[in-house]
Amino acid sequence: MSWLPQFSPLTVVLIPFAGAVAIAFAAGSTPWIQRLSWLTSGLFLFAVWGLAGPALSGEAIEQSVWEILPGMTIGFAIEPLGLLFALLASTLWILATPYAIGYMTHGGYANLGRFFACYAIALGAAAGIAFADNLLTMFIFYEILSVSTYPLVAHDGSEKSKRGARTYLVLLLLTSICFWLPAMIWTWAAAGTVTFTPGGILADQVSPATGAALLVLFMFGTGKAALMPFHRWLPAAMVAPTPVSALLHAVAVVKAGVFVTLKLAIYIFGLDYLKTLATTDFMLYVATFTMLVASLVAMHQDNLKARLAYSTVSQLSYIVVGALLASPLAAIGGGMHMLMHGFGKITLFFCAGAIYLASKKTKISEMNGLGRKMPVTMTAFFVGALCVIGLPPTGGLWSKWHLVSGAYDSGHAIVLTAFLISTILNIAYLLPPVLRAFLKPLPAGQQPGIKEAPWLCVVPLSLTALGTLVLFFLAQSAFEVMASIFSGGLS
Amino acid sequence: MTLIESMPFIMLAPLIGSGFVALLPGRSWPWAISTLACLFSAIIAGAVLAETMGGTTMSYPFGDWPPPIGIEYRVDAANAFVAFLVAAMAAVTLLWAPKSVALEVQGRHGTFYALFLLVVAGLLGITLTGDAFNVFVFLEISSLASYALIAYGRDRRALLAAFRYLIMGTVGATFFLIGIAFLYMVTGTLNMADLAERLPALSDNNAVRAALAFIVVGMGLKLALLPLHLWLPNAYAYAPNFVTIFLAGTATKVALYVMVRFAFTVFGPDYSFVVLPLSTVLMVLALAGMFAGSWVAMFQIHLKRMLAYSSVAQVGYMVLGVSLATVTGLTAAFLHLFNHALIKTALFMAVGCVMYRTGSAKLDDLRGLGRQMPWTLTAFALAGLSIIGVPTTVGFISKWYLVLASIEAGAWWLVVFLLITSLMALYYIWRVIETAWFSPRPDGAAEVREAPLALLVPTWFVVALNFYFGLDTRLTVGAASAAAEALLGGGGSLP
Repeated sequence: MSWLPQFSPLTVVLIPFAGAVAIAFAAGSTPWIQRLSWLTSGLFLFAVWGLAGPALSGEAIEQSVWEILPGMTIGFAIEPLGLLFALLASTLWILATPYAIGYMTHGGYANLGRFFACYAIALGAAAGIAFADNLLTMFIFYEILSVSTYPLVAHDGSEKSKRGARTYLVLLLLTSICFWLPAMIWTWAAAGTVTFTPGGILADQVSPATGAALLVLFMFGTGKAALMPFHRWLPAAMVAPTPVSALLHAVAVVKAGVFVTLKLAIYIFGLDYLKTLATTDFMLYVATFTMLVASLVAMHQDNLKARLAYSTVSQLSYIVVGALLASPLAAIGGGMHMLMHGFGKITLFFCAGAIYLASKKTKISEMNGLGRKMPVTMTAFFVGALCVIGLPPTGGLWSKWHLVSGAYDSGHAIVLTAFLISTILNIAYLLPPVLRAFLKPLPAGQQPGIKEAPWLCVVPLSLTALGTLVLFFLAQSAFEVMASIFSGGLS
Repeated sequence: MTLIESMPFIMLAPLIGSGFVALLPGRSWPWAISTLACLFSAIIAGAVLAETMGGTTMSYPFGDWPPPIGIEYRVDAANAFVAFLVAAMAAVTLLWAPKSVALEVQGRHGTFYALFLLVVAGLLGITLTGDAFNVFVFLEISSLASYALIAYGRDRRALLAAFRYLIMGTVGATFFLIGIAFLYMVTGTLNMADLAERLPALSDNNAVRAALAFIVVGMGLKLALLPLHLWLPNAYAYAPNFVTIFLAGTATKVALYVMVRFAFTVFGPDYSFVVLPLSTVLMVLALAGMFAGSWVAMFQIHLKRMLAYSSVAQVGYMVLGVSLATVTGLTAAFLHLFNHALIKTALFMAVGCVMYRTGSAKLDDLRGLGRQMPWTLTAFALAGLSIIGVPTTVGFISKWYLVLASIEAGAWWLVVFLLITSLMALYYIWRVIETAWFSPRPDGAAEVREAPLALLVPTWFVVALNFYFGLDTRLTVGAASAAAEALLGGGGSLP
């Protein structure tokens, strides 16, 4: 990728923000909104991939933008995990752009300018989180992400979506302000720095009790990782139009959450120090509990998007568990699952949106026989489901493989068992919609007009489904990128 | 003329200007001369601040009478910082003034601006002087002038508010005077540096204990520290907007400075915080103020009163920093002193813009106003972010240092209180934003135009400062820590 132009990290982060401003000014004209959305997401994609080449060849890319307090800067640094997250977000954004355009115009939504501007801001904030060099920079972009997605969740302006959006915003802000912010200042007071450093900055700087308390504060403070009992915002956010649920609440926002937990585990606590903390096991069991209970709840949801939302809550906990197992293998598995689940879950949401657009159906119990009318969509759904469950021939296999191996290595039998049970539960809640759609006959007296959704929606979901299959073969390179964190820099 | 020789003109410029302005006819001349006088003193104060930030103490003997016999202006980083704040805020608020004052004050404006300059001169005199009795004199000058200014309010309740403030303020000043008299009785001196030398030998003296108590209570009244805050909400609510803006930004800050100066320099931290339990007393009152102020603010239907109660809470933050009696704690207090001036000025300016157009600051009358006065209410929202303490604003820097100071002092439970009151601030600011932007305009409500540029530009200027100093903290943190060092590091003793 070295032939691509290389921008500074700040420029990359600012591209979506600049695009948002341009879109806001063009808010009156739908064609211009579409063109500018394409332009912004395309530029962003090139810019992120342009950074990937030099970063992967071992060049250290760091940029200090501004010193706020002595020793405390707004700064960016590219490291493997963040690069992976940014690549994921930028790649899926360009795929989600046609989908969003198709969905929003065919669905007859208003205020498209505000929608696409906020969409772009959210992606810019995600990039800011991915490239942040320290906790403060990350915190600022984390809050921008929370606030900028509020208008998206409340987009249709109905009382129900306003209520959902309020739950969403309040939970995310409360957890970050009440837990994360004090934990960050505490870290600053104890260690004198909040810069991400391989091996962590807290070891030997704080008493064991403080370290244990900080871990709990940080983990619950990262509300976007949706650990129970602070997971309610995610199902609440499902009132949003589906492109938002797909790109933001399956990829950008929630992955930002688990990305933060991985960064904290690796670069603030350090895996070796994490092992010694008294609360690591407690948090591990909270995550395991979330993983299982969310799966059980998902099984009882008849609304397709709600089921997918709880499935996301459960899958996010896989990654948190990966971070907390304090074994490099599990952390790598967590990072890979960020990628694999991103592709798989966005496919599922794209399909849910396409089904709604084509047939106005939102419930799983109404999906009988849909496979015959919408074969492409339902096949993509099947592939996406395989990826989330972790079955070949999709990339999901490898991330779960490494997570399970990591759990085995660190000798957590309970977690190992939970992984296995959860996989069975995944099958139990993700495959029935597919089975209904393909194997059951269409109910009599249905409106006959159901056919595939507009091609603007079908093409992206086919591409992401294809992506999960491609990742099955490319998983090794993702593994190597992640592994370089623990072998001292990128090779 | 050297910098030391020009130092008294920080105070003299507005004082001389006020006599001159009182005689001027019409409306624009008094304003122009006042602005010039304040700008002039702000520039000198800035130069003095730059000089003292390195740790030097500047002393100017009045009439060449050497201290401790004569009156001395004695300036280190602590009072230079406060003096700069007062002079600069006076100049900035004056930029906002003309349109609003023209609406609220009838007839010629000479007297009004003359009184204003008296307040400024008084506040500056309090900060600069090194003589305890001189503090009292300037305190009375600024207080009397501010009672008159508050009484200028168009609402008839302004008279009662001013009278109430007069009673309470006089009680406070008298307490302060009694405190100084006790000190003079036992030491025979009024020079603060001289007092600081003589007091340690008298630490067992009951008169000295009483003196500290009287001074702290007296200043607590002027500072509006709970439960001595009762004069503040009405005074702020019914005064002319311009007066509210200036007083909210500066008057209580100067009182805090005097309290800190006496507690740390004159009595010394060992006496105030170790021998006497000032730390506990201040901390309890500060926390109570933070809570009660924020709590009451959450239910106010009058915006100016809401902001006034919020001020009571913010004073609590500053006193909390002082009560920790550490360098970081004092730094946090001085930082918030400066930052809160910026925040509250911006907020009151935005409310002033609303009042200029609608004549009301009731929450109900704000419904749907967001679309009609977008610039004003965006300014309010942005300044609101600052008072909540969102990163990249000055409010965040203040809270950061307060939390840091609490953790350093081992009082991590204070962090919980800080968080809860921040959330309360979030609530009372959000309430306004929700009313202005998300409620429909009531039927039959008059069409309202955006505020004039003459008001908007200064408002946005202060809002921009809120963000500028939230990102570039070299001046504020540098000056605040220099001030804290000067107070704790023996900077007040004789050279």
